[in-house]
Amino acid sequence: MRLVLEKRTERSNTIALISPLIAIGLTIVTMSILFAILGKNPILAFGAYFIDPLTDAYSLQEIAVKATPLVMIAIGLSFCYLANVWNIGAEGQFLIGAVAGSWLAVKTQGADAGYWVLPAMLLLGAAAGALYALIPALCRVRFGASEILTSLMLVYVADLFLDYLVRGPWRDPKGFNFPTTAEFDPVATVPVLIEGGRLHLGFIIMLVVVAAASVLLGRTIKGFEIRVVGAAPRAARFGGFNARQLVILTFAASGALAGLAGIIEVAGPIGHLQPGISPGYGFTAIIVAFLGRLNPIGILVAGFFLALTFIGGEQAQIAMKIPLDVTKVFQGILLFYVLASDSLITYRFRLIVPPRKVSRGTA
Amino acid sequence: MPDPTLDKTLGDPHSSATPLLQTVGLTKRYGDFLANDAIDIEIWPNEIHALLGENGAGKSTLVKSIYGLIQPSGGEMRWQGRKIVLSGPSEARALGIAMVFQHFSLFDNLTVAENVALGLDGRESLKQVSARLQQVSSNYGLPLDPKREVWQLSVGERQRIEIVRALMQNPGFLILDEPTAVLTPQEADQLFIVLCRLKAEGRAILYISHKLEEVKRLCDTATILRGGRKVATCDPRQETAASLARMMVGSEIKEVKAAARRATTTPRLVVNDLSLEPDEPHGVRLQHISLELKGGEILGIAGVAGNGQDELFAALSGERLAQEPGTIVIEGLAAGHLSITERRKLGAAFVPEERLGHGTAPRMTLSENALLTGHAASGMVRHGFINSAATLLTVDRTTEAFDVRKAKRDPEAASLSGGNLQKFIVGREILRKPGVLVVSQPTWGVDAGAAAVIRQALLDLAAAGAAVLVTSQDLDELAEITDRIAVMFHGRLSAPLATADASRETLGLLMGGSSLGQKDFGQNDLGHKEAAHAAGA
Repeated sequence: MRLVLEKRTERSNTIALISPLIAIGLTIVTMSILFAILGKNPILAFGAYFIDPLTDAYSLQEIAVKATPLVMIAIGLSFCYLANVWNIGAEGQFLIGAVAGSWLAVKTQGADAGYWVLPAMLLLGAAAGALYALIPALCRVRFGASEILTSLMLVYVADLFLDYLVRGPWRDPKGFNFPTTAEFDPVATVPVLIEGGRLHLGFIIMLVVVAAASVLLGRTIKGFEIRVVGAAPRAARFGGFNARQLVILTFAASGALAGLAGIIEVAGPIGHLQPGISPGYGFTAIIVAFLGRLNPIGILVAGFFLALTFIGGEQAQIAMKIPLDVTKVFQGILLFYVLASDSLITYRFRLIVPPRKVSRGTA
Repeated sequence: MPDPTLDKTLGDPHSSATPLLQTVGLTKRYGDFLANDAIDIEIWPNEIHALLGENGAGKSTLVKSIYGLIQPSGGEMRWQGRKIVLSGPSEARALGIAMVFQHFSLFDNLTVAENVALGLDGRESLKQVSARLQQVSSNYGLPLDPKREVWQLSVGERQRIEIVRALMQNPGFLILDEPTAVLTPQEADQLFIVLCRLKAEGRAILYISHKLEEVKRLCDTATILRGGRKVATCDPRQETAASLARMMVGSEIKEVKAAARRATTTPRLVVNDLSLEPDEPHGVRLQHISLELKGGEILGIAGVAGNGQDELFAALSGERLAQEPGTIVIEGLAAGHLSITERRKLGAAFVPEERLGHGTAPRMTLSENALLTGHAASGMVRHGFINSAATLLTVDRTTEAFDVRKAKRDPEAASLSGGNLQKFIVGREILRKPGVLVVSQPTWGVDAGAAAVIRQALLDLAAAGAAVLVTSQDLDELAEITDRIAVMFHGRLSAPLATADASRETLGLLMGGSSLGQKDFGQNDLGHKEAAHAAGA
């Protein structure tokens, strides 16, 4: 008996829908084994991960707060990945967006500035993220440098730059030497949606981004260009689409969204600039983008699921002393299975029944 | 070459009472679709057996079953009367079945000997392979230098590698899939000599082709498939090309008719001394190409593949820009620096050779593929938004006008058969009523019925006043539809000849690189030149 992978005549839409579920299923099996090895009861562990956070209002809100940057970044990344452009540096663009927006907040600190401050901060964050993303894009278009490496390396540049600012020039003088800026003024803060809650305006902005991306990809010629350049580069050139321009455009768009997510995170739930503002949103968003099938609605759902793993990871650490890094292991295994399951969209397994042996004749 | 094992397996061909290979009710089912429906075929030693049929008739499926690439769902195969079940091509090869595919599987940067060694099952050293290769190739008059790298070779030479590789397995049964599609008439004649020799040695050959005249000349038996079923087995020499075509298609093929043309005085496409460096390492440099094409006229460009036709297409379409704007003039405007989109807006349309991946995005739907070339110069896009009703309408109109057969209204391009997809691609451009149409290999790998539809559409377009440039390796096709023919060789274009005056011999010689002034530059000289070439001179 032999198992072969054989190409389908037409891509299977059913599998395209269920492949993330297959991936999640396989991840859960693998993680159960890992939990068992760690000496934890897998059922209790998964309870802590996936069930407990869904049972109280605070955790639910917190999931939405965590999903906001993940989805926003992943939407931008999906533009790149659909166009066969590999932006791995969303984490850096996120940080630079946070830094650029914070600059205005720090400069207007206590100056009684008007309500223009927050919109200006958001614009600055998006613009800075876009500009930062243009570095690898231009290196790729101009010199043929692999954008995978350059965008990834720039993450660490952004990280250390932020670190320098909050330990040096922007450090809060009244902050007991902690590496942080002062709390932003109210006009420089993203307002919360419900009084006393954590859910903020950024969540609404994220939903708008999802809707806009959905229209862009499905209904506009630009969206078609993005998809066709990635799916069939030669046909795209024949169609008159310029792949080089698209590298720049998709990088700029995804950088802008990551930068926007960065400044919203800092001016929203955190309230000041400090190191460690991101638990790896920019990297986890890569998983969100693929788990969501590079489709805006899919990304929205996947964003919530990955946010759940962050919250669940914290709960599991508190309740069962499972190390927080297990969350990253979980996310990594998930990405692996997502990419593997995706091959079933264009291929299928077929079992070949053992043929009776050939009579070789005279040979 | 008398070979002991061959003699043993085949016996005396004239006295053998059982066919070498026989299929009995061979059936292959894909889901609900019967690709092969109970096919009986007998292949005897000393026979060249033609397998005829339109695209989608089940020829490939049948051959893949015989070569062990796929497992049939029903029926059985017998090799010399004994039932066999093949679980893979290596088992077929062990029996003595070899196959030369239409698309070569060669590595450009490896030598001939390395390529051959990769395809052999045995564990010979490269030196032994080279020696055997030289022996087989000289034995059959198929000159090949084992040390040359494949990228340096012409398409005909590349095919020779595939044939020699197959012969080195000393097969009793050789399958050839459209072998003359890439050859000049002279090269095809040489191949026929080899095939007749193989037949005389007691081997059997299954010969898949669309070229009916060729089948009549070469083959002893023909099996005709239609819609997955066997329609007839006949002696092609007793049939006419028309009667064979009728059996393949199941109905009379419409004669392609040229209407009285109305040549306008204004040239619609002009190329002035176009030269262009290749953008790929193994590409062809275009040198001093000039042509002028008036409305109402069809100009054919003949030539063996790989002589710069792809490069010329890219330059004309605007996928690559010319050095000087004035080298390409479309509708009186210097277009050498215009993008493909701007050229389309001038009324030009283009059909590339590759259907999947170039002419269409394979995994996108037909309506999306209508948008691919229609977005610039039609009502498909308004304020940046796609008008999906308009793209679907293009699909429907193309479907109706060109009889595109498909499983649903808007399927993925890759799910269509070659002929139907080509009808869609040509139809998509013609429905835009272009003033200039540049089309490359319009009926490559397309069934006879679809080919007739496409050729008629090109004639009608020219009759309506458009200028049509057709690049093709099929001389019959060019003879049928063009007014003038020019030949491409090593990146240069010959002066065009009136189609009525262009004999196959003249064109064949031009395709082989001889210039018109030296008509006595005969076939023998060519043969010598090639042999010396192949020997590394």
